[in-house]
Amino acid sequence: MIDELGQFALVLALALSLAQLGLSVAGRLRRDAALAGAGEGAAVGAFAALAIGFVALIHAFVTSDFSVLNVAENSHTAKPLLYKVAGAWGSHEGSILLWCLMLTGYGAAMAASGRLPFGLKAWAVACQGALGSLFIGYMVFASNPLARLTAEPVQGNSLNPLLQDPALAAHPPFLYAGYVGFSVVFSLAVGALAEGRVDPAWARWTRPWALAAWSFLTVGITLGSFWAYYELGWGGWWAWDPVENASFMPWLLGTALLHSAAVTEKRGALASWTVLLGLGAFTLAMMGAFLVRSGVLTSVHAFAVDPRRGILLLVILGVAAGSGLALYAWRAPTLKDEAVFAPISREGALFVNNVLLAAATATVLIGTLLPLIRQAIDGTPISVGGPYFNLTFTTLTVPALLLVPVGALLAWKRADAMGALQRLWPAAAVAVAGGLLALALVSPRSAVAAAGLAVGIWVVAGALVEAGERVRVFRAPWAEVGRRLAGLPRGSWGMTLAHLGLGVFALGAAFETAWRAEAGAALQVGQTMRLAAFELRLDRVDPHVVGPNYEAVRTELRVLDGAGRLVCAAAPERRVYAAGGQTTSQVAICPGILDDIYVTAGDQRDAGDGKAAYLIKAYWNPWVRLIFLGPLLMALGGVISLSDRRLRFAVPGRARQAAAPAPAE
Amino acid sequence: MRALARLGAALAAWTLLCAAAADPAERLPDPGQEARARALFQDVRCLVCQSESIDESEAPLAHDLRQLIRQQVAQGRTDDQIHAFLVSRYGEFVLLSPRLSLGNALLWAGPLLVLAVGIAALVMRRRAAAETDAQGLTVQEEAALSQLTDDEPV
Repeated sequence: MIDELGQFALVLALALSLAQLGLSVAGRLRRDAALAGAGEGAAVGAFAALAIGFVALIHAFVTSDFSVLNVAENSHTAKPLLYKVAGAWGSHEGSILLWCLMLTGYGAAMAASGRLPFGLKAWAVACQGALGSLFIGYMVFASNPLARLTAEPVQGNSLNPLLQDPALAAHPPFLYAGYVGFSVVFSLAVGALAEGRVDPAWARWTRPWALAAWSFLTVGITLGSFWAYYELGWGGWWAWDPVENASFMPWLLGTALLHSAAVTEKRGALASWTVLLGLGAFTLAMMGAFLVRSGVLTSVHAFAVDPRRGILLLVILGVAAGSGLALYAWRAPTLKDEAVFAPISREGALFVNNVLLAAATATVLIGTLLPLIRQAIDGTPISVGGPYFNLTFTTLTVPALLLVPVGALLAWKRADAMGALQRLWPAAAVAVAGGLLALALVSPRSAVAAAGLAVGIWVVAGALVEAGERVRVFRAPWAEVGRRLAGLPRGSWGMTLAHLGLGVFALGAAFETAWRAEAGAALQVGQTMRLAAFELRLDRVDPHVVGPNYEAVRTELRVLDGAGRLVCAAAPERRVYAAGGQTTSQVAICPGILDDIYVTAGDQRDAGDGKAAYLIKAYWNPWVRLIFLGPLLMALGGVISLSDRRLRFAVPGRARQAAAPAPAE
Repeated sequence: MRALARLGAALAAWTLLCAAAADPAERLPDPGQEARARALFQDVRCLVCQSESIDESEAPLAHDLRQLIRQQVAQGRTDDQIHAFLVSRYGEFVLLSPRLSLGNALLWAGPLLVLAVGIAALVMRRRAAAETDAQGLTVQEEAALSQLTDDEPV
């Protein structure tokens, strides 16, 4: 009964999305506020209907209703409750429903929020309705999450055990909230093009949505990377895998968008470029969904794949992105972009940052798609893997990293580069000193890694110098510093924190990549192996550990430091899941403040004379925590910026007043 | 799909003696040669896995390829010779960093093109700015401007 209700709600949501599109367009064309208002109401209604459908699906998963195909294929009665709930978005159908739910949720939020100008809002709500109709239509007709089975099985197939993990339960909602958040930017860009007007006020209305989407996406990618790190047992955190790239591309372009929208908001410049980025970010987000969900990619993470539906998703991507870009090609030349700036200025630095980020996005995009293209054109299978991306991506992003502290200190319009560099000398000194120190002290000696560390320190110290400059540390009396500190807008705190996070990430990435250590050995009980400065000793093996829905072989090790003191006990497991018969490796991590000792247990071997040996692999991952901490700081910076009074969604009236004189600044 | 490859490999591995690049049983005795072999592994695709190098993979084929490369390293072959051998045997697909060729030119030309267009746009803006901005701002206007923009966040 509840399933049928949910089913009905999904179809209703499609009807409401179509109504949202039709009413908003009619309302705009006839300048009829009542019609446009009805369109906004339909947007809220579509969200409510999908919420009912989503609750129905979660209900089916929680009650293990195997008469629903989706539940029978992806759930199991023995699965813990959290993963029953998370199973609702673990499958292709469920993840599309989650996507649609968020799409309409953002649409409803935009429809309900403040006083965007009539024309812009009507077009944006209409565009959001069009996107909703496309995706909900796909869901209803080709990917029904609540389809019934005629014969109900006694037991379900269960969710892939690798996906039964708290980080991964949260990963898709965050990722999708990020992807889909860019749909509002896309819709506002379409609205601006339709109205033929992109001004600082438009940028000010758009930026909170972009910030929210970017922050969610940052957290989503970080969770995914963290999951891959501790669940897949390979000791790494980023593989340049096509699916990772698919989520990374909208993030890169979204980052460019945030910076370019800042220029448009403060200076009225780069307007048409900002609009293009707004269209591009959601296009790449849709492409990400298509690549992951269609099965055209060979990937680590393509878990819920169905090639037959790929073509439909491709059509949706083509229609949505194609219309957006066609509208851009038609209308963008009419957008005015009168603001001028010197190359050495805040705008200039942000422009260069945008060029570098766009080039980095191009690298990832081409590297991800070229194997598909070559295969289609001349049938040559080629591989584009980590070595290519590491080279090109690093080459393009290191200059961008070097530019971050400088750009943040430059004045708008025309700036004094020497002045900015002079103020940054402490950061430069610390960075160079840190790099030299690393070169001298850390073995094995690596000039590249030392340079990487110096870049990370430069960004971190630069962010601190920039914050210090804002409050006039060492330049003004402390009382005034305190007053300035208290009066600092949240937006600037957010920026400082995000740049700090970027530097922290760079530090971790440089250090971990260069100085991680690994060891592997087949150990019998009582034997030891060395890992960097540590000693691992196999204490005990419990071959019959029984979990809720698996059985495991648990190997218990003690990790000792150089002086023979106990660092921690690690108990990696080899698990066999009853439902699917799959074997997974449960990693044991000894967390330090910055470093991890990472231990996995492999197969059992016959060591002769009736004894068994266990293949143990272990990694020492120094500073790896910074790799995950940095992006979280960045996302926190985004959230703090978002809470800035001037950017808050709910006060666009005030924001408009504040934004009006912006071009005259 | 690393995960599935791992699952498959894990099942196969119960019958296998060795399973990973770091496995002590596979290593070459000469640490210099072993380091070279490990560097080579990172650029070679595990053909039956999905987007995974043979350095990471537990699949039986990865094991065979590692053995093959270690043998060739021990025989004193150069990196280029080993690469050429792998390509002649398995096609270009086996190399994770694509070779420089006309078909792959886009990989390097694409990002460069974006950079070039961006720089050109900046230069053109500068020309336009130089024409329209000839009069510049007065000292008072500059001061007022910096006052206004001083505490603005990005």
